[in-house]
Amino acid sequence: MLRILRKLAEDRAALVGLILILALIAAAILAPLLSTHPGDVTEFHTARRLSPPGPENWLGTDRMGSDIYSRLLFGARITLTIAVTAIAVAVLIGVPMGLIAGYYEGFGSNLLMRVSDIFLAVPQIVLAIAIAQTLGPSIENVILALSATYWPFWARLVYAETRSIKNEPFVEAAIALGCSPFRVMVLHILPSISSSIIVRTTIGMGGTILTAATLGFLGLGPPPPTPEWGRTIAESREFLPMAWWYAAFPGLAIFLVVMGFNLLGDGLRDVLDPRLRRAARHGK
Amino acid sequence: MSAEPILRVEGLSKHFPVRNVWKRRIGWLRAVDDVSLEVSRGEILGIVGESGCGKSTLGKTLMGIHTATSGHVVFEGHDIAGLKPHQSRKYREHLQYCYQDPGASLDPRWTIRSSLHEPLIVHTALKEEQREQRVREILRAVGLPETHLDLYPHEISGGQQRRVGLARILTLKPSVVILDEPTSGLDVSVQATILNLFLDLQRAFGLTYLFISHDLSVVRLICDRVAVMYLGRIVEIGATQAVFETPRHPYTQSLLAAIPKIGGPRVTDSFALEGEPPSPTNLPSGCRFRTRCPMAQPLCAEQEPALRADWPAQRAACHFAE
Repeated sequence: MLRILRKLAEDRAALVGLILILALIAAAILAPLLSTHPGDVTEFHTARRLSPPGPENWLGTDRMGSDIYSRLLFGARITLTIAVTAIAVAVLIGVPMGLIAGYYEGFGSNLLMRVSDIFLAVPQIVLAIAIAQTLGPSIENVILALSATYWPFWARLVYAETRSIKNEPFVEAAIALGCSPFRVMVLHILPSISSSIIVRTTIGMGGTILTAATLGFLGLGPPPPTPEWGRTIAESREFLPMAWWYAAFPGLAIFLVVMGFNLLGDGLRDVLDPRLRRAARHGK
Repeated sequence: MSAEPILRVEGLSKHFPVRNVWKRRIGWLRAVDDVSLEVSRGEILGIVGESGCGKSTLGKTLMGIHTATSGHVVFEGHDIAGLKPHQSRKYREHLQYCYQDPGASLDPRWTIRSSLHEPLIVHTALKEEQREQRVREILRAVGLPETHLDLYPHEISGGQQRRVGLARILTLKPSVVILDEPTSGLDVSVQATILNLFLDLQRAFGLTYLFISHDLSVVRLICDRVAVMYLGRIVEIGATQAVFETPRHPYTQSLLAAIPKIGGPRVTDSFALEGEPPSPTNLPSGCRFRTRCPMAQPLCAEQEPALRADWPAQRAACHFAE
């Protein structure tokens, strides 16, 4: 663990990613303390509608006169909740599915993989929009739509890794020793492929946040007055280009967070999965 | 030979389906084809043959890593053919398989201690202290210091990894151990050390070995009996001395002629076998050795020879062997 952290610290891009993510988490947890107008998530101040950034409202105000800086901080909570829950559900579905399908080769595992192929063939965002549209706008439905469309990535990854590691002598030896399939899968195979799962999950977080923001932008996210970042940008369209701060700061927040996860994911891959790094170098 | 064999194999076959690009089955690869043999308690049975003759598949089918296509494997009175290892766990506790490189059978992410505890966790209900005691005992027997318990496989040498791999199998006090090419890839001095270790362990634990190897000199040195395999079938089986001194099957004869001797003729001058063995997916009719056999006759193409017990302590599958 320490070794991994030290190597990450040497990789400047990964370090930047880590700092961005830590900042996001801090913003989400400490939102009530850091925000200048904690009440503005639900309160309106029509008198100071659309005021530009200044000493009173650091990042300006929106069409209801609420402080954008404060709303962004509370929005971080929503973003993090959606991304973490959706990814957790996707991992909990995809990883066992991939493990089982990769371990037992037969009709059942082929069926599972074809189903995930179908999910992967449909553009993710389209599928998520369809699900979210059908179920109606709320945080829970966004999470549901995202996890339902994301699990095949983990199923595919874990399936491929399991297939290749199943022929390693140490796995075969464990089977020959009489270990139960469950024991072999959870104690021998899973730890060996955990690094690629971690890498995929980190990079997947960025993608999920982006998709969640897109759903919010399209009005399929949590309803107003929730300070969701994507929805904030959607609201700002009517007031552009005059009220540039209205769209710019939520957009910047999304950009930084997604970039943070991607940078950290790349860095983690270099540290945890040296095979991929070597392949990339040869490619260049 | 005692009356009651500890391991009896009857008509064991393992065929792998051969599929074309559309996954349609277009044939069978007969890796092990109708093999019968008996192993008595306490003996070392060598299994020799060219690479690809089905030696390792035989060992893995006995272990249940491959499920047998047909036939019986009777081990200590139970038929275990066709059962997966975890299904026949009770019976197989005393039948263990030792990989070509026992070091590679260790999970690289586990300490030596966890790897050695695992067989006991799977097969026994021993408490942690009892397991630890057994593990330490075995570790001493294979000649490793207890300080190695907390190390990872990559932190010890290749020879030590082999010892740990062996220790892992021995913790269950097996009666039969299948050794798959245990000396390949080792230099001669290490080979000798490992062979001596095998013999010491055999005496200490009363083991029976199935010794799969292509190294005829090693087999001659340590085996009591030898079975010669060709394309998935046993062509000759018998006491080591009898097989090496008076080989009956032409295949065995040419194999033995291929052992280099110091001061002897160059092997390439006298080697009788030509070409590669035919593909096991497309076996010749009759005797499967006839395409390379120097004494093939028309009868060989028509009829497959059975193992004949025409000699004391020796059987061979050839129509014309004398």
